[in-house]
Amino acid sequence: MRVLAQVAMVMNLDKCIGCHTCSVTCKQTWTSRSGIEYAWFNNVETRPGQGYPRRWQDQDTWRGGWRLNRRGQLTLRAGSRIARLAAIFANPVLPGIKDYYEPWTYDYRTLVNAPLGDDYPVAQPHSLITGKPMKIEWSANWDDDLGGSVEHGDADPLLARTRAQGEQAAQKVRAAFEQTFMFYLPRICEHCLNPSCVASCPSGAIYKREEDGIVLVDQDHCRGWRQCVTGCPYKKIYFNHRTGKAEKCTFCYPRIEVGLPTVCSETCVGRLRYLGVVLYDADAVTAAASVPEDRDLYAAQLGVFLDPADPGVRRAAERDGIAHDWIEAARRSPVHALISRYRVALPLHPEFRTMPMVWYIPPLSPVVEALTETGFDGEDAGNLFGAIDSLRIPVEYLAELFTAGDPAPVRAALDRLAAMRAHMRAVNLGESPPGSPSDAAAAVGMSGTEIEEMYRLLAVAKYDERYVIPTAAVGDARRLEESALPEDCSLDHDGGPGMGGAGPFGEDSGHRRLPLVALETFHALRRRQTRDEEPDR
Amino acid sequence: MTTLLWGALPYLAFALLVSGLVWRHRYDAFGWTTRSSEIHESRLLSVASPVFHYGILFVLAGHLLGLFVPASWTDATGVHERAYHLLSLIGGTIAGVLAIAGIAVLVYRRRTNAPVLLATTRNDKFMYVLLVGEIAMGLYAKLSNSSFSHGYDYRSTIAPWARSLFTLDPKTELMQSAPLTYRIHAVIGMVLIAVVPYTRLVHMFSAPVQYLFRPYIVYRSRGPLTEQPRPRGWEEFTDV
Repeated sequence: MRVLAQVAMVMNLDKCIGCHTCSVTCKQTWTSRSGIEYAWFNNVETRPGQGYPRRWQDQDTWRGGWRLNRRGQLTLRAGSRIARLAAIFANPVLPGIKDYYEPWTYDYRTLVNAPLGDDYPVAQPHSLITGKPMKIEWSANWDDDLGGSVEHGDADPLLARTRAQGEQAAQKVRAAFEQTFMFYLPRICEHCLNPSCVASCPSGAIYKREEDGIVLVDQDHCRGWRQCVTGCPYKKIYFNHRTGKAEKCTFCYPRIEVGLPTVCSETCVGRLRYLGVVLYDADAVTAAASVPEDRDLYAAQLGVFLDPADPGVRRAAERDGIAHDWIEAARRSPVHALISRYRVALPLHPEFRTMPMVWYIPPLSPVVEALTETGFDGEDAGNLFGAIDSLRIPVEYLAELFTAGDPAPVRAALDRLAAMRAHMRAVNLGESPPGSPSDAAAAVGMSGTEIEEMYRLLAVAKYDERYVIPTAAVGDARRLEESALPEDCSLDHDGGPGMGGAGPFGEDSGHRRLPLVALETFHALRRRQTRDEEPDR
Repeated sequence: MTTLLWGALPYLAFALLVSGLVWRHRYDAFGWTTRSSEIHESRLLSVASPVFHYGILFVLAGHLLGLFVPASWTDATGVHERAYHLLSLIGGTIAGVLAIAGIAVLVYRRRTNAPVLLATTRNDKFMYVLLVGEIAMGLYAKLSNSSFSHGYDYRSTIAPWARSLFTLDPKTELMQSAPLTYRIHAVIGMVLIAVVPYTRLVHMFSAPVQYLFRPYIVYRSRGPLTEQPRPRGWEEFTDV
């Protein structure tokens, strides 16, 4: 057993309102540069829909991720090492710019510079690739809120697969507009345990960090072979056509290192993202990723995770050099709780065999809504359990997304969420005291206390419960927040005018400077990170 | 002139190649890339690029065989001058035509596809002229001095000169007897070698052979979070 730590994310899809704030703030932070205008490290898709890039889930076309060869060993779906090196001069399956979308801007100048005339001046769209006027025909969220789904609703590869499962499932996936369903799926890089992008890179420039499992591209070693773009089944590696290098979501590692949540998490309006440490057994990953049945992959991945409460695991983790505060953080990790303890979070497309590490709590809300509309008590446990099968978002569709088509784990997760609603209603209405067992809780095999803890994590968890990132214990995170004062005066060096501390003339005397910029600088950050001793306050 | 072209230029080209590679590796690792434009256009590229690259690799193999394997060695294996000549003529021509055809389509693609043209730098254009000129000149030199029965035997002049460069005793007089076309080809070739590290051609030196031998998943440590020694002249940045 070799214990490694991974900083992972869980998103609660019930809470996603599809506002794209995460995408926009991520873009502002990471991809507002030329060459990568079309790239969204974080994007929000409406499901059902084609997604971004179009039909990325269809691995018969895009050939991403892993498959098992005839001997049952893992091999890249895109081909063997030799086959891919032989085809290196032109990647046979690379999404073109049109598969993402052609980025554009508007010629805003004409709005103010246009000569006087009869017509109102219009800002024409101009391509950011060619600079020429263009017709906007597609974008990263063109089919947002099912826009245009009448025209190309059938292009969703998952819908096709769900329909193929049989008459009953097909009945549920109706195309009739008033009976249709949708939900939002925010996506970032999965920072997989068995990343196929890393395995595809001929230069060895993409790597998984030992300390926190973040997958990064070494920009100095990337040579632009573009194999990773094909290798990633989630299509979350982007080719910067200006620099000729691959770029991807960095999990905001400069922020994670100092204990701040990623930008997408920090700015999430619905507060639906959870960040925390998961301990896993690195030696078990390959075996788990090679189980013969796709449907067993979810359980196999659960088996790779280690329980940080287990003393044996803790000893092994210490032996493998994992810092004490990381082990402690793993214990308090909301991600570990949602994935392994409550089992409400599920991986995205485990059948790609990459062991993704951004998990999702499937959406339940529409069922409560729909039940109430029909005049039934939408939060009664019995009604809810029954209704899950006739969910407007068909369980089969969710299963194609999260469990390689096996409805049982999705059904179980939704049952737990439904039981939580029923149980909490009883508690809130004073029908049963907090902590007491209830029928609803018993039906999903949980105690009253357990279900209330889960409720707390899902509904009221505060900032420091949703984001348990070890480099900074809570106190540290506060100190490192953007609004914090610099903790010492820049003139505090030996013999300098500041001379450290408050001095004989009081705290604010002399040249103590207030920060003029809200964001702290990279160097200030690094100095703090690398200082040996705690400064006196 | 003879000494300059055949005694000094080769060493100058080699020095520029090596120093350019070192410089690129140390100070411009970020710029070291294929600068692929496949994302803009892949239909033509998917045919033309492999044709060109495999063609040019065969051409390279042919040059290594022709220049650095002495005639006495091939004679010893029973391949005599006439057989060698036919091999060199037919094999070389096929490889050269492949490379020329591939690069012709690639240049056409570059000219006609707006995003690709926009991604073309002056450096690229200069490099294309040099590269096309070199391949065309080589093909022309070979064909204009050969027939099926007989061809110019460069293995008695050019090849010994090329080998003599490595003993630091260049036999410049050998090149004087070579046909003019061959000499032009050689000079352009040396210029091309010299500019490789300063153009996008540098990607040929990152052929990812090591990929065949490494494990699939690469782990790297973040390393200790310590202050790097600051290079001379770098002022400390103080937060205001």
